[in-house]
Amino acid sequence: MLHHKASPVRSWRAAAPGAAVALAGAAVFPLALGSTYVTSVAMQVEILMCLALGLNFVVGYAGMLDLGFAAFFAIGSYTSGLLAVDAHWPVLATLPVAVAASLLGAVFIGTPTLRLRSDYLAVVTLGFGEIIQNIVNNLNQTGGPEGIYGIPPLSVGPLTITSTTGYYYVFFVLVVLFVAVSYRARRSRLGRAWLAIREDEDTAYAMGIKVRRYKLYAYMAGSVLGAVTGTFYGSAFVAIAPPSFGFNESLLVVMAVSMGGMGSIWGALLGAGAVVAFPEVFRQFAQARLLVFGVALVLVMVLRPQGIWPEEGLRLGRLKQSARRATRQLTHWASARLGAR
Amino acid sequence: MNALLAAEGLSLHFGGVAALSDVTLEVPEGSLLAVIGPNGAGKTSFFNCLTGYYRPNRGSVRFAGRDITRLPPDQVAALGIRRTFQNVRLFPRLTSRENVLAGAHLRATSNLVAMLLGTPALRRQERLLAEEAEHWLAYVGLAGRGDVLAADLPYGMRKRLEMARALIAHPRLLLLDEPAAGVSSVEREELADVVRRTWESGVTVVMIEHDVELVMRLASTVAVLDRGRLLVQGPPEPVRQDPRVIEAYLGRRQR
Ligand SMILES: Nc1ncnc2c1ncn2[C@@H]1O[C@H](COP(=O)(O)OP(=O)(O)O)[C@@H](O)[C@H]1O
Ligand SMILES: [Mg+2]
Repeated sequence: MLHHKASPVRSWRAAAPGAAVALAGAAVFPLALGSTYVTSVAMQVEILMCLALGLNFVVGYAGMLDLGFAAFFAIGSYTSGLLAVDAHWPVLATLPVAVAASLLGAVFIGTPTLRLRSDYLAVVTLGFGEIIQNIVNNLNQTGGPEGIYGIPPLSVGPLTITSTTGYYYVFFVLVVLFVAVSYRARRSRLGRAWLAIREDEDTAYAMGIKVRRYKLYAYMAGSVLGAVTGTFYGSAFVAIAPPSFGFNESLLVVMAVSMGGMGSIWGALLGAGAVVAFPEVFRQFAQARLLVFGVALVLVMVLRPQGIWPEEGLRLGRLKQSARRATRQLTHWASARLGAR
Repeated sequence: MNALLAAEGLSLHFGGVAALSDVTLEVPEGSLLAVIGPNGAGKTSFFNCLTGYYRPNRGSVRFAGRDITRLPPDQVAALGIRRTFQNVRLFPRLTSRENVLAGAHLRATSNLVAMLLGTPALRRQERLLAEEAEHWLAYVGLAGRGDVLAADLPYGMRKRLEMARALIAHPRLLLLDEPAAGVSSVEREELADVVRRTWESGVTVVMIEHDVELVMRLASTVAVLDRGRLLVQGPPEPVRQDPRVIEAYLGRRQR
């Protein structure tokens, strides 16, 4: 029994062929299909994947609940958008400034709060998200409720990207890059320190880990990925407005990470796909689709509390176990109800 | 005096409870000190004061000539003190290997650029550390268990994994809180062997242990705590026969 447990390293190797197929499929499918609707949904999936990979540093790796992650997405988008529209900077040139602004935000909110335990931290980060959204909603400089429009397209060398398919590929590259960064970080001293903190904060100190400093690093890493995503988001949609950066967005990202499996790269990708694709696929149910989505979420939580694709590998045996347990509970519950009549 | 560790007048109170009262104790470099005493005597609290987990109300702790009384646990660890916990504290959803590697945190270098690029020097360092992790796993009798999640190991193995995690840091002082408690007699012998070999390799060891027979066999010095006070400290045999110890340790228990 002991020998079936796979390390994250092993599961990476085992997943490599599958990942290669998925990668190749994702790389060619907009060209093959040519449908803008599917491509634009796929792009939304990619954007959420990017954000989920960013939040994964905070929630998945370091184990801190963050309910205001959209704040970093907003800081990146707005910093880049303002520089590009008002100061006529090329979008790519705004990137370092957007990242720096987001890092400042992370240090500003992180330094005083990271000593808090997870549940308080959730409240503080939620507040931070709300404050950022309120600021951009009320400042004239950020365009108030209308936001910023006319954000120029992304230009890389001679290439100017204007089509949905083009941005699909931009975010495709970002996802691949973020996966690589996540993977490298996870297997480094930094990643081990984060996971130690997530698993047992008090004990992490005994390893000589400077817990607060490493929590801040996780926050900063997440903010960088959020800001980079935000920068390209502006170009892709030409216009940005406060509603895209609220609590709902933060919650979607949290859902993607937790549904997929905390700390797991594949989980974050899968979770993002599920969170975007599910309501789209069930569009025909109109109003009921959110209900169906909710039921699906509950099912995942009951059957796989560790997420669809947890860090320690798929271990489908566990799925059978929890399915059996859930069935037993359900039968028990049902027979108790029926018996009472 | 070449005391590696010296506690002087340590007192610690929790409300009205005196967990430690005026404990003065020296640990010479290269010794294996066993701390014994009834439950609630303050043994774990003593370790917590030494490692920065508790702040004593009075008294001081010196390590290698340096006052470490008010240092936080991570800085204490950085000076070369490692510990295990009475109620095994591993990183449950990490593999055994990763648990051990987490213990090597301060021995690995970190450089953001090197990490992102995966430079050859960093890869080499990671490979060497991974090999050393295998060594320590084998050292405590966990060879071949590197890929098992810590949570999935049986209790005795978890205790030994905690020791491997401490040892990869190459500590000068190793504090073991009841390493043999609750394990089978076979495992107890293996653990005793690990402790002895570690001590013989030059690590100074302080071990809290209830098994008097084991203590008599391993320890070079024995200290007895009772209700927060240090009763006696000395070589094993005289301590065992000390009437105060018999009264505190055995007498009350038999009543
Ligand atoms: N964190 C704590 N809060 C309150 N009381 C504590 C705490 N830690 C230890 N104590 C008390 O201090 C005394 C000594 O406990 P401990 O050091 O765990 O003893 P031992 O390890 O010798 O069994 C006990 O009375 C215990 O209840
Ligand atoms: Mg104890």
